[in-house]
Amino acid sequence: MDFGSISPVLLLASLMVAATPLLLAATGELIVERSGVLNLGVEGMMITGAICGFATAVNTGSPLTGMAAAAGGGAALSLLFALLTQFALANQVASGLSLTLFGLGLSALMGQGYQGIKPPPFPEINIPLLSDLPFVGDILFSQDLMVYMGLLICGAVWVMLKYTRAGLILRAVGENHDAAHALGYNVVLIRVAAIMFGGACAGLGGAYISLIRVPQWTEGMTAGIGWIALALVVFASWKPGRVLLGAYLFGGVTVIQLNLQAAGVAIPVEYLAMSPYLITILVLVIMSADRSRAPGSLGRPFHASS
Amino acid sequence: MLKLEKRPQPSQVWIYLTPLIAVLATMLAGSALFAFLGKDPAVAIRTIFWDPLFSEFAFYYRPQLLVKGAPLVLIAIGLSLGFRAGIWNIGAEGQYIIGALTGAGVGLAFYPMEAWFVFPLMVIAGALGGWAWAMIPGLLKVKFGTNEILVSLMLVYVAEQLLASMSLGLMKNPEGMGFPGSRNLQHYESAHNAELFTGTGMHWGVVVAFLAVITAYVLLNRHILGYHIRLTGQAPRAARFAGVVPARMILFCLGTAGALAGLAGMFEVAGPAGQVSIDFNVGYGFTAIIVAFLGRLHPVGILLAGALMALTYIGGEIAQSQLGLPAAAIQLFQGMLLFFLLAIDVMTNYRLAWQRREVA
Amino acid sequence: MKLNKILTTAAMALGLATTAMAEEPTKVGFVYVGPVGDGGWTYEHDQGRLAVEEEFGDKVETVYVESVPEGPDAERVMTQMALDGADLIFTTSFGFMDPTVNVAKKFPNVKFEHATGYKRAENLSTYGARFYEGRAVLGHIAGSMTESNIVGYIGSYPIPEVIRGINSAFIHAREANPDVEFKIIWAYTWFDPAKEADAAKVLIEQGADVIFQHTDSTAPQAAAQNAGDVITFGQASDMAEYKPKPRVSSIIDNWAPYYIERVRAVMEGTWESTDTWGGIASGMVEIGEITDVVPDDVKAEALAIKDSIASGEYHPFTGPINKQDGSQWLAEGETADDGTLLGMDFYVEGLTGKIPQ
Repeated sequence: MDFGSISPVLLLASLMVAATPLLLAATGELIVERSGVLNLGVEGMMITGAICGFATAVNTGSPLTGMAAAAGGGAALSLLFALLTQFALANQVASGLSLTLFGLGLSALMGQGYQGIKPPPFPEINIPLLSDLPFVGDILFSQDLMVYMGLLICGAVWVMLKYTRAGLILRAVGENHDAAHALGYNVVLIRVAAIMFGGACAGLGGAYISLIRVPQWTEGMTAGIGWIALALVVFASWKPGRVLLGAYLFGGVTVIQLNLQAAGVAIPVEYLAMSPYLITILVLVIMSADRSRAPGSLGRPFHASS
Repeated sequence: MLKLEKRPQPSQVWIYLTPLIAVLATMLAGSALFAFLGKDPAVAIRTIFWDPLFSEFAFYYRPQLLVKGAPLVLIAIGLSLGFRAGIWNIGAEGQYIIGALTGAGVGLAFYPMEAWFVFPLMVIAGALGGWAWAMIPGLLKVKFGTNEILVSLMLVYVAEQLLASMSLGLMKNPEGMGFPGSRNLQHYESAHNAELFTGTGMHWGVVVAFLAVITAYVLLNRHILGYHIRLTGQAPRAARFAGVVPARMILFCLGTAGALAGLAGMFEVAGPAGQVSIDFNVGYGFTAIIVAFLGRLHPVGILLAGALMALTYIGGEIAQSQLGLPAAAIQLFQGMLLFFLLAIDVMTNYRLAWQRREVA
Repeated sequence: MKLNKILTTAAMALGLATTAMAEEPTKVGFVYVGPVGDGGWTYEHDQGRLAVEEEFGDKVETVYVESVPEGPDAERVMTQMALDGADLIFTTSFGFMDPTVNVAKKFPNVKFEHATGYKRAENLSTYGARFYEGRAVLGHIAGSMTESNIVGYIGSYPIPEVIRGINSAFIHAREANPDVEFKIIWAYTWFDPAKEADAAKVLIEQGADVIFQHTDSTAPQAAAQNAGDVITFGQASDMAEYKPKPRVSSIIDNWAPYYIERVRAVMEGTWESTDTWGGIASGMVEIGEITDVVPDDVKAEALAIKDSIASGEYHPFTGPINKQDGSQWLAEGETADDGTLLGMDFYVEGLTGKIPQ
């Protein structure tokens, strides 16, 4: 047993990487749910983003173009969900699950011929000054661009929800769509926009895995991260700050678990692997006492005449 | 412009018409997909929808429809009660796993004793296991108001880890050369959920699935409890005036769904699957959610939806091996089918009307 | 049993039909546990299938179904292939064992081949590869090349196959370098590239400068490349895109020779139920190109080990070897028997940590 071999700074750095896809996908889903829509298709949108980004990056040689394509791909797939739930008024739970099934199939088909290819490397950026800090600088402030992008998007969402009119409208639509409609807001349009934002973020999260974290393309490579992102949104009680915290916690548990194993600590791996989920349940329970609650219209279909 | 207008009552014609249109639309879109992949669309469609039922080897596939469809129907029936009452259990996969573990656990505990009571005990254990797993979100919701969608979903992952742990540890076959996975219950007569009539695919799980359909039908149409369930979903406040205790309703719906999912897991592990293994669960619990909605939460609808899903699974496998279609194409095809069913279903409750744009 | 009879009759009818039309191609089915695009285990089996097609051309017809869940679905897929007239069916995952046994019983005229299992029958063979032979060669390279004396090892699940590989790699790393230590991480998944990437990073952060993986994605390779001075080995497939460094060599599953041989046996009517555990000698386990990053003397030694294993002169598990607790496993000069190797559930002396139970 050798705890000394675990370096806290390195741990934090790898935690930031492990948390980024979760953070991106969960931030997107947070906006979707804040608008009153529950999209369970995050996994499907992530994997679609992963292949769109990968294929584009390989073909154009530009990882940034790949990222843009990933966001586009995720958003395009989410548009299907938007059509189903906002225009055809289909059940959101079933539509979301179907979207995941569809996305997994679609991505596998699109990805044929992309196995065993190495994507173009993603540029790492050094934040001037900060990255020169002794000890921590090199690790915390010279990650890849998307790590900061994730933080930025999360921060922007926080500001948007809290301080802007757009955020207010979004929340109003999510809390009570009939009232928002009565006030003259186009509930359907706002929700479609929110769903597409969620799709784009999930796509980015997926591409982060296929272009940076792994990087390679294999079928089904998101391996359930989309579902964890869903859990994260609730864990965070629909607050962006807590999404960040949660993403680091979820990413952290995995990384710490691996660190402990490598250090030779005899830990029951299966039980540790359960812990993020058990912690989420615990947090859910505590939160329900704290009266933080889901957006009022979450999951309910909206029709103007009803 | 075209607008959707709510029908005063669900259209009787469209109720029956929408699934047909959806299947036809899927066939069209699927044909395009298969043609794009360089396969003959007509042959592909025939292989998926026709061959399992009427081909030369249908004598084998038809019973397989029961084997594949029964767990879906059994779980979906349980879920539909909750969904009707606005209680969202999406963790049936976890309840299915736990039911399999407790059921198999009881069976393995008695090994190698041959006795008539082993199997009934396993059935009870399986139902109780699933029930108990569903009680966690149930009690948390009742006591603390915790969101059951997420707790039940989280518990799926916990159950999956438990399953891995059991396959590698406690339930590992001592004669299995160190490989993960339990003893095969198919080889332990007292615990084996065998076919009741050889070659029919009928095992106890199928029987229970049919019983569940009938019971749910009677419950929803003839029984006050069914009325209360529907009322809770449609008008929670009115339900309260009618004497419905919400907490009891939540526990009943989650408990029933859990018990049925647990039973499905138990019948599967003791019968067709045979053993507890790391990858024992194949997503029945999630697919059943789709089945429940495709069946419009109606017992008979669920039966048909379960059969349709089973058909596409089996037909899809045949298409893979006979036509060389990739598994992904079948997955995509299933996704399309679901999309069309969900999308066209809107016509049941709404109609298209030509409306002049109002001046705001 | 009535169904069995029906199935058998059907199969026989087909069999007769096949003989009647002499030019009918031999039909070979493959049941895969993962997608052919997994770039690892299933991918390599599918390469074997393609090699069969290439070898026999029109005389053979191959079919496959991918991503088949273990259990009743696998049983159905196999039955369906047999009904469709397959003469030979390869089932390529340990979890297909009992389903294969069941289906083989129903179709006595169809030949079955199950990978990595231990149950056989008149018409059911088993086959597997001695990957541990390859690990011995790579273990030597690892022990010789490490400067930090820490070798990281990413395992999937704690099962005999993986444990065997760890032991073999460790024994030969220690022989080359008595100070070497292994750090082992169990990923508890067959397939989760993101987790594999994390595991590799953690091992590197904790000082490992050589990474072994018993998981199939290239994620650890990429992590090693980013970290700089770390070497890795390709697993299952060559992972040549990471040559010459970090990937300095690889273990490749090459199923093609075996598949071709077995298909030919069916065509010529000489097929018999066998238990094949092929290694470097039979070409089932291949050592990928050792790149120039490896010093010439180390490369020569590694190749010497490979050749001596191939010739049968040397067994990677040759005593004296003690178990982790210090008790004797193999006496001086004694070699391990296949039974013990198949069910290996212990570490050898010198490895730290416990196998999770």
